[in-house]
Amino acid sequence: MREEGAIAVLKIEDVLFASIQIPLHDKLAACFQQQILEKLEKTGAKGVIVDISAIDVVDSFITRVIVELGHMASFMGAKVVLVGIRPEIAMTIVELGLDLKNIYTALNLERGLALLRQMLPSS
Amino acid sequence: MGDEFVEIPIKEEQDVVIARLKGKKMAEELGMKKVDQVRIATAISELARNILLYAGTGVVQIKKIHGEKKGIEVVAIDHGPGIENIELALTDGYSTSGALGVGLPGTKRLMDEFEIWSEKGKGTIVTVRKWA
Repeated sequence: MREEGAIAVLKIEDVLFASIQIPLHDKLAACFQQQILEKLEKTGAKGVIVDISAIDVVDSFITRVIVELGHMASFMGAKVVLVGIRPEIAMTIVELGLDLKNIYTALNLERGLALLRQMLPSS
Repeated sequence: MGDEFVEIPIKEEQDVVIARLKGKKMAEELGMKKVDQVRIATAISELARNILLYAGTGVVQIKKIHGEKKGIEVVAIDHGPGIENIELALTDGYSTSGALGVGLPGTKRLMDEFEIWSEKGKGTIVTVRKWA
């Protein structure tokens, strides 16, 4: 994948962390999902924290990408927590009528880790 | 000061981002609050994606409105297949492409004014305005 490495996926303790810094287009989004799933398989991580604090806009496309990731990750036994949702983003998500379904949310990385700790059986 | 009017051709995904970043910038130049800048950028993103999805190509025009009321006007134009049933298209959850179905009704909620013209076989024009 040409785009591999465009979004860094790191392992922090026993969860994965990815920060979306650039707008995702179709191919990049698919690459991103694939990268995370492969890393989940390799590491056995049970949680993925996705940071969207640098994203300019959350529209229906990126929502679908994230919700899909949530479904895919759950097949691999992992939960996805979205962090870094800015107030303007929270407002537009609701106004647009977007449903984040199975995606958990937390204010920031620290709270995201705490949430995962709570939800996951001790590893 | 920045541009007063821009016309951005929508041919590929990068153009969606270019258009929404430009819209956000113009709203910022007008002194609109952050959340409204993001609303405008989000609406542009939805409208531009609709163009790609249904018509393949089109154009997004963004204009600053001055005068008694200040604001941003966005016009999304395409010569695609047109919308068969506009009322249905404005219903939440309705989608002819397997998408989330929030594009048009959602955009309407984000903006202060929303107008749509569409004719089967001719194309679609969506005009939205957000006031400062």
